Amino acid sequence: MSLTELSLHDLQQQLQTRAVSSVELTRAFLSRIAATQGQVNAFITLCEDQALAAAEAADRRLAAGDAAPLTGLPLAVKDIFNTAGVRTTCASKILADYVAPYDATAVARLKDQGAVLLGKLNMDEFAMGSSNETSAFGAVKNPWNPACVAGGSSGGSAAAVAACQVPASLGTDTGGSIRQPASHCGVVGLKPTYGRVSRYGVIAYASSLDQVGPLARNVADCALLLQAVAGHDPLDSTSVDLAVPDYLAALGEGLAGLRIGLPREYFIAGLDADVQKAVAAAIDVYRGLGAEVVEVSLPHTEYAVACYYLIATAEASSNLARYDGVRYGLRAEAAQGLLDMYMQSRGQGFGAEVKRRIMLGTYALSSGYYDAYYLKAQKVRTLIRRDFLRAFDQCDVLLTPVAPTPAFRLGEKTADPLQMYLSDIFTIPVNLAGTCGLALPCGMSGAGLPIGLQLVGKPFDEATLLRVAHAFEQATDWHRKTAPL
Amino acid sequence: MLSKYETVIGLEVHVQLTTATKIFCGCSTRFGAPPNSQTCPVCLALPGALPVLNGKAVDFAILAGLATHCRIAPRSIFARKNYFYPDLPKGYQISQYELPICEHGHLDISLEGGATKRIGITRIHMEEDAGKSMHGETPETSASSFVDLNRAGTPLLEIVSEPDMRSPEEAIAYLKKLHQIVVYLGVCDGNLEQGSFRCDANVSVRPRGQEAFGTRAEIKNINSFRFIKQAIEYEVERQIELVENGEKVVQETRLFDPATGVTRSMRGKEDAHDYRYFPDPDLVPLVVDEAWIARMREQMPELPEARRARFVRDYGIPEYDAEVLTAERALADYYDACVKLHGGGKVCANWVMGEVIRGLNEQGIGIAECPVRPQMLAGMLQRIDDGTISGKIAKTVFDEMWRSGRDADTIIAEKGLKQVTDTGAIEAIIDEILAANPGQVEEYRAGKEKVFGFFVGQVMKASKGKANPAAVNDLLKKKLAGG
Ligand SMILES: [Zn+2]
Repeated sequence: MSLTELSLHDLQQQLQTRAVSSVELTRAFLSRIAATQGQVNAFITLCEDQALAAAEAADRRLAAGDAAPLTGLPLAVKDIFNTAGVRTTCASKILADYVAPYDATAVARLKDQGAVLLGKLNMDEFAMGSSNETSAFGAVKNPWNPACVAGGSSGGSAAAVAACQVPASLGTDTGGSIRQPASHCGVVGLKPTYGRVSRYGVIAYASSLDQVGPLARNVADCALLLQAVAGHDPLDSTSVDLAVPDYLAALGEGLAGLRIGLPREYFIAGLDADVQKAVAAAIDVYRGLGAEVVEVSLPHTEYAVACYYLIATAEASSNLARYDGVRYGLRAEAAQGLLDMYMQSRGQGFGAEVKRRIMLGTYALSSGYYDAYYLKAQKVRTLIRRDFLRAFDQCDVLLTPVAPTPAFRLGEKTADPLQMYLSDIFTIPVNLAGTCGLALPCGMSGAGLPIGLQLVGKPFDEATLLRVAHAFEQATDWHRKTAPL
Repeated sequence: MLSKYETVIGLEVHVQLTTATKIFCGCSTRFGAPPNSQTCPVCLALPGALPVLNGKAVDFAILAGLATHCRIAPRSIFARKNYFYPDLPKGYQISQYELPICEHGHLDISLEGGATKRIGITRIHMEEDAGKSMHGETPETSASSFVDLNRAGTPLLEIVSEPDMRSPEEAIAYLKKLHQIVVYLGVCDGNLEQGSFRCDANVSVRPRGQEAFGTRAEIKNINSFRFIKQAIEYEVERQIELVENGEKVVQETRLFDPATGVTRSMRGKEDAHDYRYFPDPDLVPLVVDEAWIARMREQMPELPEARRARFVRDYGIPEYDAEVLTAERALADYYDACVKLHGGGKVCANWVMGEVIRGLNEQGIGIAECPVRPQMLAGMLQRIDDGTISGKIAKTVFDEMWRSGRDADTIIAEKGLKQVTDTGAIEAIIDEILAANPGQVEEYRAGKEKVFGFFVGQVMKASKGKANPAAVNDLLKKKLAGG
């Protein structure tokens, strides 16, 4: 097995026993990226020089014996995280040359531990998309089949892990943007509870839904990365001041007495047969592990997608107002006067899907429509959140598919935004409820594409979620499969 | 014509808070720094930056609410007011909208003739200021606009009154009262020229006796008490003329031009922005508990009304004096300190309202820069009390304290201004004066008592003002009578 196929934990052990240096590791991953970037397009920006300098510093730290858990480990982050001195594009033309003067809190925490950042990962423009096809830097290709999408919006974060270009990465999840690409690429992806990880320095799409999370080859690696970035940040008023448990310590505790809930509304006609089979098999695995499986109901599920596309677009329409060409980013050259500068800069800088969502959101907030759309959506959101809290009276975690189908083909849904939006039907409610969800590999389709299982936990109970997912990994081999790249 | 109509005025006042840092970031709020030198990712609205509420601004909002008898909301919400403008970096202003921090307050204003009137305060909400746009002024820059974001994110309170005022005079009385209170509280520096206290006026007219309000015009950004009066008077005249001519007043925003004294239309109702307000998801609801309110109540300084009453009651000064002395918090503090050191309410009031205010006015400085500090003034007054100097000499001492900044005792010793109370020395001077003016002595003794003043003057002159006036009087009377 080559270095680049190892898990974060294995690499950590190799570094700490000095079997390999951080510089060697960094070079190994950089050459793997060089060899495969053309086929996957997972990276928007590589920062080789900074990475090697960080690796050298990490090696000194390792030699001095003051290494943190992530010291010397190569990672990469979605290009939505601000990184001081390395450009942050959000996969948009409007920020194509933007270099931030500061690090996002999550990035700063990785750097503090001595992690080595290899580069910035491709994504849907401003995280708006479910297939990574809205990126101004080209779509990410699925490492299992380059004709298929990697999923979105954190498509680069998932594909880079699946393609062994990085052992783990950070993404963001607003309506499934970590879990859905993780599922399509056959890796583990965790969306923590809203407020668990700081959003400071993460370019906002929908502020009340966005959340930072890890993607990795296995559950334990996700736990390691979550441990590094979780916890209160005084720079983010919505980050919660709650003690962060030791996630790794909780992994091995077993499933005795665990109750798994199956939401009736998620097992519907129209679910892909392979997905249905894989999820059913996973349920049997859990039964075999001693968990009790109960049926529960999330009665407002059918309103979730509509609710999401009102709230997320409303917030986005306001969040994206700052890209006006005045202080940074693209400014149209030939503009005549202020209004023309706004219209041309934004007209040229934003892609079609971003414009569509800005218009939808502006409409939902407009006077005369606010009550019927935005306010109504907020009320529905409260009902959806209540659905989850009620369901958790009957069980410890929920089990569902991540997506109705495995990865679809590039271009298959670009002409039909509604079909595209429905691919997030099982992940969106978790964001609306504000709780945590995790995707992990649970099977393969007949066409050889990975299938993901979603586990949903109680608010701020990522520990249980990780423990339940880890138990599945111990009993199965799905997470060991590597993309044939 | 005016008497046929009643004027209805409601005011919206923007009060800039004196917090050291901005409302949602740690940047300084200092005025006059080089453009964009007081900015950071948050107030520049860089991608990914997030606001964090400054607790001090909340303290100030609570103080203002308590001082205006408002109910402090246990939970209030920040919203986004969306519009595009180059000096608004986020493309939205963070402001409280549906749930403001203070509601249902009032202020009592004094009307001419001594009556008071209660003006309702609808709400006080917190918000951030925008930056400043400027147009290039040199030939090379005349085609460009410039943006300075130093002011962006400065905390403001918007204080909205009920439409309770019926004349420009009432509007001015309300504004002056509000201004006095926020300056007393220390939450605003009160500087009108720098825009620390800005006012928008909603003005309408209706036929006397009609209950329904007329259509109102909003007059924007009036930054002096004088302009407020002018603007309202002009607007009332304009609206009455429209109504008289059978035309309709339209609901619109108008701008006052101080150069011409005229208001002109800025935008009509149909051009009004749709601000698409919605709760800001980056900020959590602001929760103010009873303990926080109690803490602010404790920190609340004595307000002008209470202070005026105390001065009259405890220091025994007339209402008029108390009014003058409490007009400004710093002046009231000064007077209060003098009385606490010296004890004489009335004599301190006389000196502060006389010599002190005169000196300040002559030099065009404020009480804070007054070279004669309260302990210096009180020390001098003690020297009058114990007979060391006379009231007349005291003026000389005061002027010297003002000029040199040294205290009364030093000046009295140095200049030999100590009063002569030794009757032997005074008698000797009197004898000399009487001997030198036999004619006047005769006149006095013949019953022309007016001459007495002449003798007093002569004696004081001969003693260079240092003779104790009471002793001079006594001895003179005795000598002239005893002749
Ligand atoms: Zn700032």
